[in-house]
Amino acid sequence: MSTGTERKSPVSALVRLTVTEARLLTREPTAVVLGILTPTAVMLGLGSLPMLREPNPQFGGLRFVDTWAPTALILGMGILCVQYLPSVLAAYREKGVLRRMSTTPVHPGMLLTAQLIVVFAAAVLSAVILVLSSWLFLDVEPPSQPLLFTVAFVVGAASLIALGILIAAVAPSASAANGLSMALYMLLMLVGGVFLPRVFLPDLLVRMGEFTPPGAQLLLESWSGNAGDAGLSQLVQLGIMAGVAVVVAALAARLFRWE
Amino acid sequence: MPIIDVRNLRKRYSEKVVVDDVTFSVGEGEIFGILGPNGAGKTTTVECVAGMRPLDGGAVTVLGRDPRRERDEVRERLGVQLQEARLPDRIRVGEALDLYASFHPSSADTGQLLETLGIADKRDTQYRRLSGGQKQRVSIALALVGRPVVTILDELTTGLDPQARRDTWELIEDVRDSGVTIVLVTHFMDEAERLCDRLALIDSGRIAALDTPAGLVTRAAPEQQVTFRAPREFDEQLLAARPEVVSAHRRGRRVRVTGRDGLLHAVTSVLAREHVIAEDLRVERSSLDDAFVALTGRSPES
Repeated sequence: MSTGTERKSPVSALVRLTVTEARLLTREPTAVVLGILTPTAVMLGLGSLPMLREPNPQFGGLRFVDTWAPTALILGMGILCVQYLPSVLAAYREKGVLRRMSTTPVHPGMLLTAQLIVVFAAAVLSAVILVLSSWLFLDVEPPSQPLLFTVAFVVGAASLIALGILIAAVAPSASAANGLSMALYMLLMLVGGVFLPRVFLPDLLVRMGEFTPPGAQLLLESWSGNAGDAGLSQLVQLGIMAGVAVVVAALAARLFRWE
Repeated sequence: MPIIDVRNLRKRYSEKVVVDDVTFSVGEGEIFGILGPNGAGKTTTVECVAGMRPLDGGAVTVLGRDPRRERDEVRERLGVQLQEARLPDRIRVGEALDLYASFHPSSADTGQLLETLGIADKRDTQYRRLSGGQKQRVSIALALVGRPVVTILDELTTGLDPQARRDTWELIEDVRDSGVTIVLVTHFMDEAERLCDRLALIDSGRIAALDTPAGLVTRAAPEQQVTFRAPREFDEQLLAARPEVVSAHRRGRRVRVTGRDGLLHAVTSVLAREHVIAEDLRVERSSLDDAFVALTGRSPES
């Protein structure tokens, strides 16, 4: 039992962890299909109904698919960040994966970092597929403010990931984590307009979309350019979402138990 | 310098003291056993040794270093196989090993390690598809992949079938023969008796006894027994005349002789002198199980 003595850096451990976690994600067929492809599937499914491809005065002259595209995006971000991430982390704790790592020279925090890199990358992939296929097949214009959209997406994903880690931090077991994340997911989707398009939502819920992760209102504005009757300026919304991400992440870091 | 030195270790969870004044040291090349019933404080003790928990009292050093203040140095030399620590379901054995190898500054050749542990053909198998024994082998491999000087193996054979347990025991002896010092935590008496050079018997957080397995048995039950079947005309009281013999009884054709060191020689020489052919001659020593009961006042599996 010898050979192989070159020095290894923490970066190489993180790279290897990230590659391994990415491979593990691709081996979970449900996670891949649900998290990465559902938004596109739902979008194309709805778009196949001619009625939803007609300009509609109710949507300010836009088509349903135009106003609903950001909601499809949120659907996928939520599955990955609020459902998949906490369930994986809680299972890792329950199975003792984190505990085992804590006996090695590499802190289990590295595994958590690798996991959130993978989840973020999957969310980006999901978004790219959605934007491109909506554009190609449904003529939904790509985001009208690409820079703002990208920043809103990154900050929004960060706030969801922070929430996902917070769930993993406070849930006493993997099944408790699943229950909590499902409840939170439903709430986020309601505000995000999955159940009812945002233009039909009561004013209160629409306003909530400016405050609750991942920032449905800002994603809508920066994608379709339809500002609707937004109350807050875009920078303020961005600031709020970044604030939520930082506060929740700090809370999660404080509460996280490794075993 | 001892490989592991534990002095007056104390640990409590809230108000409950789980480890109380535990002292022992582990020498180089030993298989040192920590034996005791479930909930005796064995795992907590080794978690303190591994630097996973802060101490409430006493001192622990591993290779002369403090496992909490010098955690990196200790973790590079101490391999730990934890009780009930699993891996992600879909990770492949080879991936897990390569991953854990990347955590250490110097690592074993993973192919060779899998070969040694008899799971080379499982390199591409997902963890969830392994049997209990194979999972334990992977766990041992992960504890050894950083080429540790000393390794802690906690409840290694719990849940394994008898054949897998025996295979695992042989494996542990091979690991020791390769120069790794081993701390073996177990609640199985037969395992401890077979593998350990020395044992700390822990009961309710305290060390009840610390000795070699044979020493513990002798201490708890110094007397030996020899039984055999002899013709009815043989007078068993001829045996009682020997100084090594404490008592001799007969029930039907079966004679039971109790005595001290040298008992077997005393019995066979009397039998030879009397030209008696003894059948079914057996030496009965008390086991570590009996010693455990004698030293702690209760049954080990309870």
